[in-house]
Amino acid sequence: MLRVIGKRIALLVPTLFGLSILLFLWVRSLPGGPATALLGEKATPEAIARVNELYGFDRPLIVQYLTYIGKLLQGDFGVSINTGRPVLEEFATRFPATLELTVIALIFSIGVGVPLGYLAARHYGRFLDHSSVVLSLVGITVPVFFLAFILKYLFAIQWSLLPPDGRQSPRIDATHYTQFYVLDGLLTGEYDAAWDAFLHLILPGLALGTIPLAIIVRITRASVLEVQNADYVRTARAKGLMERTIRGSFILRNAMLPVVTTIGLQLGLLISGAVLTETVFAFNGIGRFLRDAIFGLDYPVLQGFIIFIAVLYALINLIVDLSYSVIDPRVRVQ
Amino acid sequence: MSTILPPAVGGSAAPNDPAIDTGRGTGLWKDAFLRLRTNPQAIVGAVIIGLFLLVAILAPLLAPYGGNDLPGRTSITPTTIPGPGEIEGFPLGLDRFGGDVLSKLIWGARASLLIGVISTALGLAGGMLLGVLAGGLGGWVDSLIMRFVDILLSVPSLLLAVSIAAMLGQSTYAIMIAIGVSQIPIFARLLRSSMLSQRGADYILAAQTLGLSRRTITMSHLLPNSMGPVIVQATLSLATAVIDAAALAFLGLGGGLPQTAEWGRMLTYAQAELAVAPQLAFLPGACIVITALGFTLLGESLREALDPKTRRK
Repeated sequence: MLRVIGKRIALLVPTLFGLSILLFLWVRSLPGGPATALLGEKATPEAIARVNELYGFDRPLIVQYLTYIGKLLQGDFGVSINTGRPVLEEFATRFPATLELTVIALIFSIGVGVPLGYLAARHYGRFLDHSSVVLSLVGITVPVFFLAFILKYLFAIQWSLLPPDGRQSPRIDATHYTQFYVLDGLLTGEYDAAWDAFLHLILPGLALGTIPLAIIVRITRASVLEVQNADYVRTARAKGLMERTIRGSFILRNAMLPVVTTIGLQLGLLISGAVLTETVFAFNGIGRFLRDAIFGLDYPVLQGFIIFIAVLYALINLIVDLSYSVIDPRVRVQ
Repeated sequence: MSTILPPAVGGSAAPNDPAIDTGRGTGLWKDAFLRLRTNPQAIVGAVIIGLFLLVAILAPLLAPYGGNDLPGRTSITPTTIPGPGEIEGFPLGLDRFGGDVLSKLIWGARASLLIGVISTALGLAGGMLLGVLAGGLGGWVDSLIMRFVDILLSVPSLLLAVSIAAMLGQSTYAIMIAIGVSQIPIFARLLRSSMLSQRGADYILAAQTLGLSRRTITMSHLLPNSMGPVIVQATLSLATAVIDAAALAFLGLGGGLPQTAEWGRMLTYAQAELAVAPQLAFLPGACIVITALGFTLLGESLREALDPKTRRK
């Protein structure tokens, strides 16, 4: 097991190395060069020369790259142009918000998606099956921010059931240790604060979770359909095993492998979706910060974010791959 | 030795040779088309796409006003935006700039489909080039290309598109290129793996025995026989491209005039008026969903038609 993990991490190194080269070249090819991007288009030549000297943009590319990668390896992602604070620090304060939102979205999409897909397969060809297929088809084709609009309009504006934006009502004075607002509320015993933070998570969570939900429903349905008529299921029935055991240990467990892969793949979708969802709901997470970075061409933030996401993405995929052997012992042999 | 034999012998004409034809079989593509014709899912998808294409092509004839015109400029105030049927001459009402919503939706079809088609074509071309090189040449070229593809895949595709668009500056072309590049990895991988699976096939062995050059085998045998999954993916990618284009416009990467008739842009500017004029968001949003649905339905039925394993009686 440890050797597998080591091998996978070793494989990750060249990819990240390549990514860092691309990102490095990307900033160097910005219109007008990095100094202009930093100072704006109206910068005087003297100011540009000063910045070039200060940041070493006038040195040979290879030297610049080595400096960049050296700092990166020490965890120095540079300083945000917009806020003037270290990029990593900015991420650290905002990432919990995004993680909280992503977790809620994931719980919703798995919690509803897997049972719905399973039920659809069991009722194959009937009303429940057809409606879940149609729903998942629509779910896949809805742009996440449009869905966010609809939810916000209906539940926050029209019916005033849920808060339209933010992470917590401004009237609540809550203590924050971890920046996970719901968790903070529970830890400090400020249950009203936790509840309020949770209410703020519902709409963005639903919006963000719907597309993964649609995909999970489809995959679960297809996978269960394929497994439920397998020979070993028939054998289990012939042996007279309880229907519950057959469904749990034979059908569902064997059908879960592609579902787990899909869930892992949804992470990319969730992070991209978070950028859009957070923008609609004025939810102060990493996504919204990224949007401001795009507008301000805050390239240290963009660069750092992409590296950060790539590492995160790779780690999640590693966890997904390792979880195969837990679900399906046959995988362990290879 | 390949010069001894004229290329026509092992060329793509061979399968159509009447001597080989048993008289009963149909080609994969003809077979797929026959299946598509009877699949209601495919018909719905094709009708949707056909309608939107027609609207996009005939936009100058159908739309009462130009896409960027502001005919109702004098009829809007900061607090009132006339909705559908509330003002004569503008059946779907006006937007906050004074543009005719109906005209903008029609011109928007043209803009959004164009972005979708061009960016997918870019992604397809780039992906096929890499895929053919990797799958056809193998060896170190294959490893190098696949490592490059891995790098592109290490970032979620929408975020990759966002970074590329941010680098290129705000314009519609930047969006097309960005979405196109972000689609390259999937096409490259798909074509490569599809070609690898065909490599050991009997007809390839036959072509090799005939002494055909590697280039002829790759281009006339391997490539045409590996295109099925790629074409399915291209149809599905059209849906993603339309959605992603809207997302990039929503993030402010579109450039140009704010009143530009493009669905994603219309949605973006509808955000501020959501409480007073929700139709400004719902109409372009619905257009995006329906278009994406059309491409998805068509792509999935095409997949079903081409893949014998998923065929249902």
